[in-house]
Amino acid sequence: MSETKNMIVNMGPQHPATHGVLRVVLELDGETVVRAVPHLGHLHRGLEKLAETKTYHQALTLTDRMDYTGALINNLGYCLAVEKLLGIEDQIPERATVLRVCLAELQRIAGHLLWLGTHALDIGAMTVLFYTFRERETIIDMLEDVTGARLTPSFVRIGGLAADAPPVFFEKARAFVKEFPSRVDEYELLLTKNKIWRNRTEGIGIISQEECIQYSITGPVLRAAGVKWDLRKVQPYCGYETYDFEIPTGTVGDVYERYLVRLAEMRQSIRIVEQALDRMPEGPVMADVPEITPPPKETVYEDIGCLIRHFKLMSGGFKAPEGDVYMSVEATKGELGYYLVSDGSEKPYRFRVRPPCFINLQALEEMIKGRMVADVIAVIGSLDIVLGEIDR
Amino acid sequence: MSDLNAIVDILKGEFGDAVLGHHEFRGQTSVVVAKDRILDVATFCRDDERLGFNMLTDLTAVDRTPRTPRFEVIYNLYSFPHNRRLRLKAPVEENDTIPTVEGVWKAANWLEREVYDLFGIVFDGHSDLRRILLWDGYVGHPLRKDYPLEGIPQKVVYR
Repeated sequence: MSETKNMIVNMGPQHPATHGVLRVVLELDGETVVRAVPHLGHLHRGLEKLAETKTYHQALTLTDRMDYTGALINNLGYCLAVEKLLGIEDQIPERATVLRVCLAELQRIAGHLLWLGTHALDIGAMTVLFYTFRERETIIDMLEDVTGARLTPSFVRIGGLAADAPPVFFEKARAFVKEFPSRVDEYELLLTKNKIWRNRTEGIGIISQEECIQYSITGPVLRAAGVKWDLRKVQPYCGYETYDFEIPTGTVGDVYERYLVRLAEMRQSIRIVEQALDRMPEGPVMADVPEITPPPKETVYEDIGCLIRHFKLMSGGFKAPEGDVYMSVEATKGELGYYLVSDGSEKPYRFRVRPPCFINLQALEEMIKGRMVADVIAVIGSLDIVLGEIDR
Repeated sequence: MSDLNAIVDILKGEFGDAVLGHHEFRGQTSVVVAKDRILDVATFCRDDERLGFNMLTDLTAVDRTPRTPRFEVIYNLYSFPHNRRLRLKAPVEENDTIPTVEGVWKAANWLEREVYDLFGIVFDGHSDLRRILLWDGYVGHPLRKDYPLEGIPQKVVYR
């Protein structure tokens, strides 16, 4: 009898199905995974260190560059954290809050569409990508109308929003809300009852509720395991408690249910967008707190007082009271938290991001041990990781 | 936040002097705990029904230099049964170690590795304490306040 030994395979960092520069060292016995050790850090830019040298307004731009598929939600989480630190949560104008919700939900749909297209592509269903990117393009166009940027908007600001949304956005958003549910039906038609899709995803990458909580897993992965937990419901922010929407959950917690949960979430998100559009109040989109928020741009050109206020804020920033806060939002991937420590100066003394992808990825080995090597692709895809956020 | 005050009282009653203090800011409560007892406090926080902090949302550290003790290890906890949060802080001297809480919450494994990587705090009894974001052989711990923003030149060995 000849001697056999396990084979070591390096998956990544240049591998299309690792969604960035993730490297996983797999130990294989034939086609069965014995061990899987992720190696991170290829995209580490030291965002937390960098943010400590920026003023609170400046540090906002760094948040875009973590999970770049959900940049507006990253902005939102950061701004809510700073607003909490400053104690100005109550002064955010109503229109800004509703627009924040509207934009965040559109961004969530865009993030899920990107995930669905690439996840299906990983597993071999190429057509889906062209469908989902069609709708994603529509959303990105709308966001561009509002924010001026497609990927890194830095649009949600401390105290409100950078600008009001133009009328064309509301027209496009209305049309999109009407059309989108039928588009989700199309994706479902392609995949939900597709035999190959189900064979590749059902019963794969199962993780139990207890394990999820042990590993601090949040977001769609936790919900697919059957835990009805969504920060928008349990610890609402931006008035999410006043919107009517459901939290989709699964029962088994396999790759297939994560897919179902995310699809259902898109349908819920579009409901929220519709409600936000219906109730959109008139008024300013930036709080008026002279020592913190910049004055309206028009007044900067006409009024010397506003010019000075603008200059002071943009060059020097504002001082935050000494203390520390933790604030988290439900991002597309899970709980995105910001832990800010202030020493009373203009810059955050400590800027900590609780990255949902980093924490969710930790359970990868748990999910793929003893499974086939092809399942690794399906499981990594189903976790919906973005390396920009894992490595920071 | 009266229920959070109750938690502080429970912890004080259970651990006495090991609870070094507590403070509240913007409705969020932090409890400062002696690092030698952190494992007991963590286990108690998870298992006691009145507390039920079964999820370690986040684990990180703050460099308080030139204050002593230099570091603070921060544990952000969340309780599913009660839907509330609590923050534990454990002061650690430079060149000192702190027990790992990996056995209490599995999520602590990578989070502690990250703190070790970026702050250089050693977690006693950790199963796999390697750098996680930076490469093995990297010199320095970037999130320390005395580490320059532009970095320090590294000798990179190509294989």
